[in-house]
Amino acid sequence: MRIATAKESYAADEALFKTDTQRVWFAALIVALFAYPLIGSGYWMFLAVLVMINVISTTGLNILTGYTGQVSLGHAAFMAVGAYCVAFFDGRFGTPVLLNLVIAGAIAAAIGILVGLPSLRIKGLYLAIATLAASVILHFVFLNWTPVTGGLRGLNVPTASVLGIELATPERLYWLIMPIAVVMVLAARNLFRTRIGRAFIAIRDRDISAEIIGIPLFKYKLISFAISSFYAGVAGGLWAYLFRVVTPESFPALASIFFLAAVIVGGAGTIVGAIFGAVFMTLVPELLKLIAALITPWYPDAPIYLAPVRNVVFGVLIVGFLIFEPMGLAEMWRRIRRFFALWPFRT
Amino acid sequence: MFANIDLVDLVETSLAGLGTGALLALTGVAFVIIYKATKVINLAIGEMLMVGAFVFYGFSAGLALPIWAAIPATLVVAALVGGVIERLMIRPLMKDNPISVFMVTIGLSSILIGLAEIIWTAEPRRLPEFLPSQPVIIGEAFVASKTAYSFLIAAAVVSALITVFAFWRGGVALRATATDRAAASSVGINVAGVFSFSWMLASVVAALAGILVGSVGGISSAMGLFGLSVFVVVILGGLDSIAGALIAGLFVGWLEAMVGRVFGGEFKLVATFSILLIVLTVRPYGLFGTHEIERL
Repeated sequence: MRIATAKESYAADEALFKTDTQRVWFAALIVALFAYPLIGSGYWMFLAVLVMINVISTTGLNILTGYTGQVSLGHAAFMAVGAYCVAFFDGRFGTPVLLNLVIAGAIAAAIGILVGLPSLRIKGLYLAIATLAASVILHFVFLNWTPVTGGLRGLNVPTASVLGIELATPERLYWLIMPIAVVMVLAARNLFRTRIGRAFIAIRDRDISAEIIGIPLFKYKLISFAISSFYAGVAGGLWAYLFRVVTPESFPALASIFFLAAVIVGGAGTIVGAIFGAVFMTLVPELLKLIAALITPWYPDAPIYLAPVRNVVFGVLIVGFLIFEPMGLAEMWRRIRRFFALWPFRT
Repeated sequence: MFANIDLVDLVETSLAGLGTGALLALTGVAFVIIYKATKVINLAIGEMLMVGAFVFYGFSAGLALPIWAAIPATLVVAALVGGVIERLMIRPLMKDNPISVFMVTIGLSSILIGLAEIIWTAEPRRLPEFLPSQPVIIGEAFVASKTAYSFLIAAAVVSALITVFAFWRGGVALRATATDRAAASSVGINVAGVFSFSWMLASVVAALAGILVGSVGGISSAMGLFGLSVFVVVILGGLDSIAGALIAGLFVGWLEAMVGRVFGGEFKLVATFSILLIVLTVRPYGLFGTHEIERL
């Protein structure tokens, strides 16, 4: 039972972990992440790795959309850029894995800045359509820049290997992806304790006021685009190592909507929200698969309807959360936490 | 890459492009109706068109209704669909920020695609032939009859809509609501009714466009992609200008046809979206749109 948390300084209010309870829970989470491979295997490890890649990417989109208020419909295209970079550099030059991931993030960030350029003139919905345009153009580049992207057939990605150890299976990739995911999520959390992150929030809340108090809007919008695409690029690179092949169809426009949905469902503008959203949205299709498998004996057509039902469920989740719980799962989580923090005095 | 193109070829391609352009314009008008009245960017307009085409398929091929019955039935269903969407998804969010509403339409497009695939499966289908099949010859140039007739129908509908909005009371109410919601409400305009009506009307227009698009190129659950070009059209023409949608629609259709003919089909979307990016940077409110975007 915790009565209250008195904070005596601004630094304490802004601390990464505000209470001991949070520290304990975070430690528990890290222990769980290290212990998970002991329990999980095969398919479960694959799911864990996929979830973490999506967590990285969703966190990136959340920085742009949730914190800076710039809706992007091209996030999956930035992931694709990262995936192609990894495939190209690892396949062509055999550069080390971590370097590839940094290159993937950097190139994605550079393209993100390019795509963010129109944000000088336009915002909101227009910007969303501009990013959609950018993703159409990027898709065209993937399809037609055959010497680099392999055209329609795409590129095969060599097995990731760190310090001579081949990371061929999800079990092994887990030890590459999990630390990166943890570090990147913590970095995002920390970002919003800095000047840059604060500026993002100010731009989201009221761009005109932000300009007046001396935030150069254009610069910070571009920084936001860059950071967000960097996350997408790294996630895309990890995705390439997991699936080992990248084609123009790997990241359809629907994937951008998937990440936007994850941000909305999780809760835009919160770090836990991006995590919840990515986990939830990744696992819902798996749950649907499970249900389809369960009802197949009675209803043999069930697997055929899996893809369309998935579409409907995605849509209903986006619409439902926006109407009934606009702050997303993060808000539910906050209510639960508050219940326990106030218990037994107020419920 | 560069095919040999003579004059007749050029004219034929242009005419075919204008045919598609008329359909783009029609869909663009549907988009503009919604935007004008409710200030909602409807990203699901392509999917509403797709649903209209599938409903028509259901009536004409599934229930084997004759054309003169199937088309009105489709339009009635489309109006209902539009009304239901407005009531269930748009109205609860009307007071929220526009970006939430915009994201709701993204969810809506996903729902519509899923429902269409559940009911009619993802396989492409052909609509029954109902337009005369005799090709139209203008000078030396051949125009496929479907293209020509759908152009005529689309042109007739768009001009009817422009007239209606200029003179009919409901059209005036819609424009009043578009200009100032509170003021319109205070002079006795039923704003909620205008919202409902605009979604129903837009849904009807989109369904009509869907029937025409489907009769030219067949229907599939992916035909909502047609909507991508429509966004280019409406941004080019200005989000709230019906005449802008008309002109930009014809232009984009013509451009896509020319680019497709000269460089190949895969260049179409890139060309239009490159234009979109240029327009967004140079003239974000479009050719005829209201100048309301702040520059920061």
